[in-house]
Amino acid sequence: MKRRLRELQPFDKEAEERAIELGHGLHPDDKYLKPGRIPHIWCPGCGLGVVLTCFIGALRQKQFGVDECAVVSGIGCTGRVAGYLDMDTYHTTHGRAIPFATGLALAKPDTHVAVFSGDGDLFAIGGNHLIHAARRNVNLKVICVNNFNFGMTGGQAGPTTPLDAKTSTTPLGNAEPGFNLPYLAHASGAIYVARWTTFHPRQLVHSIGESFDRTGFTFIEVIAPCPTGYGRPNKLGSGLEEMRYYRDMSEIRYGADPADAEIKLRGKILVGTFEAADRPDFMETYRTQVIARAQAGGKGKGRAA
Amino acid sequence: MKFWRLPLDSEVHSIPVGRVQIIENRCKGCGFCIEFCPNACLKESKRFNAKGYHPPELIFQAEDCVNCGLCSLICPEFAIFTELQEAKKITEDDIRKVTTRYSRKDKRFAKR
Amino acid sequence: MADKQVLTGEHFVHGDAACAEGGIAVGCRFFAGYPITPATEVAERMARRLPQVGGVYIQMEDEIASMAAILGASWGGLKSMTSTSGPGFSLMMENIGLGMMTETPCVVVNVQRAGPSTGLPTLVGQADVMQARWGSHGDYGCIALAPSSPQECFDLTVHAFNLAEIYRQPVFVMSDEVVGHTTEKVVIPPREKLEVVERIRPHQAQSEYLPFDSKGPMPAPMATAGDGYHVHVTGLTHDERGYPVITDVVQERNVRHLVDKIRRNARQIIRVEGVHLDDAEVVVVAYGCTARVARQAVEDMRTRGHRAGLLRLITLWPFPSHLIRELAPRVKAFIVPEINYGQMVYEVERTAQGKAEVVLMGLMGGAIHTPREIEDAIGDYL
Repeated sequence: MKRRLRELQPFDKEAEERAIELGHGLHPDDKYLKPGRIPHIWCPGCGLGVVLTCFIGALRQKQFGVDECAVVSGIGCTGRVAGYLDMDTYHTTHGRAIPFATGLALAKPDTHVAVFSGDGDLFAIGGNHLIHAARRNVNLKVICVNNFNFGMTGGQAGPTTPLDAKTSTTPLGNAEPGFNLPYLAHASGAIYVARWTTFHPRQLVHSIGESFDRTGFTFIEVIAPCPTGYGRPNKLGSGLEEMRYYRDMSEIRYGADPADAEIKLRGKILVGTFEAADRPDFMETYRTQVIARAQAGGKGKGRAA
Repeated sequence: MKFWRLPLDSEVHSIPVGRVQIIENRCKGCGFCIEFCPNACLKESKRFNAKGYHPPELIFQAEDCVNCGLCSLICPEFAIFTELQEAKKITEDDIRKVTTRYSRKDKRFAKR
Repeated sequence: MADKQVLTGEHFVHGDAACAEGGIAVGCRFFAGYPITPATEVAERMARRLPQVGGVYIQMEDEIASMAAILGASWGGLKSMTSTSGPGFSLMMENIGLGMMTETPCVVVNVQRAGPSTGLPTLVGQADVMQARWGSHGDYGCIALAPSSPQECFDLTVHAFNLAEIYRQPVFVMSDEVVGHTTEKVVIPPREKLEVVERIRPHQAQSEYLPFDSKGPMPAPMATAGDGYHVHVTGLTHDERGYPVITDVVQERNVRHLVDKIRRNARQIIRVEGVHLDDAEVVVVAYGCTARVARQAVEDMRTRGHRAGLLRLITLWPFPSHLIRELAPRVKAFIVPEINYGQMVYEVERTAQGKAEVVLMGLMGGAIHTPREIEDAIGDYL
């Protein structure tokens, strides 16, 4: 067959670099950001930028070099976080950030692998992966940004949308209750479980820092405003008004039972560190038990084929 | 609340004075920094930036910035940050100011 | 201490074990899998053998996760593989697409069984060959190899890893239940005789490096996590730096690179085995376990003085169109026995361009052809 195709327009590296030079480096956090990627795609009043800033704040606080970390994210508004950070970043398929990160973390056990994704990505399509990674205690730092809906696709109901909340696919009110994420993560075996809102950036920085200190599966839920997808149909107002709601309605209770952490529409938000335990992570167990046994020629010794 | 004298350890402490830097064209006008600045140093400007939003600007008592960095942390757009200008010695004047501030006589705090 | 990586010597093993040994010999150090008949033995062998060489075996929660995990491990710098059968292969398609888009080397062994759906879990099929080519959405180039003996399971798994590293993409080893469960002699060569392609890494400065360069016919060297190149790897349409750019212009460049890197190098990739092709009047085109039967049939026909030949496909994809085109004018017919209701036969028919008769000998699965059946089919055209 003959092919008639359009002429390719080659990649103009120099023009791209010139465009980058325009705005990069104005902010001290810019050294953690990929050149030329700001402004980001998130709406005015969205909380995602705050979470990203807090993540950078935690890297700064822990004095991590960017080569010591990798960020994996899934699909959705939160999935785009990876693309902004100037480190090894992976923007994977919908819901599969955790299994991808599992492979990465096991291949590079000395790297801090953070998984940045939304509630829909981690708990709807990726729910199974999350509970299994928590059970295995893979060394992943999961940061779940919860905005109670699927924002990227235009505000549909998700696994965290509270009962009665309106979204574009529940115009008459949601008939399903939402997940209580910290409770689920705790029950699945996460060694560190915390929840904050974007109104608590200092606590969030500290919490992300704490999760970096632990080896194992940590889970931090960050409640973030989504004025476009969730705020508008539920009459929660602008991003700023949602932030005021977090200020007025969140209650910091460290060590609270995650079973009590359910969030109802316009209800109280329990925040704090709910769980901070220690148990050996997958890689440690695999090394000390499986690999050690195999190399000692013990039970794992293979017959010569 | 009233201080009758300088704190005894005022020698070893200082008041950081910050300088707020605003990258106006990055601002999307969410208002987080204006609302949550603990010292209420910011207000919405009348100007438009390149995106058509009103970026924040410093209000009259700009020396109130203590370089806490909350605006930088809460800004979703990497559009604002603070730098340490100087570490000021504590004077009786500062004590008076702080006393007024937290006695909530300050108008700017009425909204809280 | 004996070499645990390359078990040099003669072994009496089945095809699935040979696949696992091939992977370990060529340097695979990460395996993520999920049990599925008839591919479970690959995972079992890996679970036992990988810890001996310091690798990691992990059993994931499903095949979707297995595929995602091997991509992650590949970006972590390890050679990685997974194994599955039809239903799991379907689940993997999503992340196979991610692997193609992000140009991630890894190997997927598919020990085919009969479908659709659960089908005949324990019995043979060859109906995933088109899925291997077109299964994931969007356009991409595909490399799929079809072993027809346990020895080839070893050799082609090694080769698949090498191709994956050279062309930077997932490569499929399309085994089948009969090959996977056939136990035969497998000769593992000494380590120094084994051809091993290591990952091609970048050496230039970060500012000079384009991780998804599409200028040449070959993919760019691959910087993995921790190398300091800060690569952004995304399933979105991306430019040469890896930055997502949602435009038709970049899409055009991105996709054509993914397809062209295989298309332009097809002649280097394609491997076939020809038996008595020089003067053949009827050519049997076969692959996998079917090729073993076909060989018997062709040899029997030859001993009876008939001019039959066999074109055994070792690479299913890219398809050796040029060979079929060359043969078509001088043969009477192509006989294509396969254990499906017609898949590769369409490729033969397409490339024969009406110059020779093309005959499908389809079996829906669960059984293999007999040499007699193929001989009869050849006989019809002599």
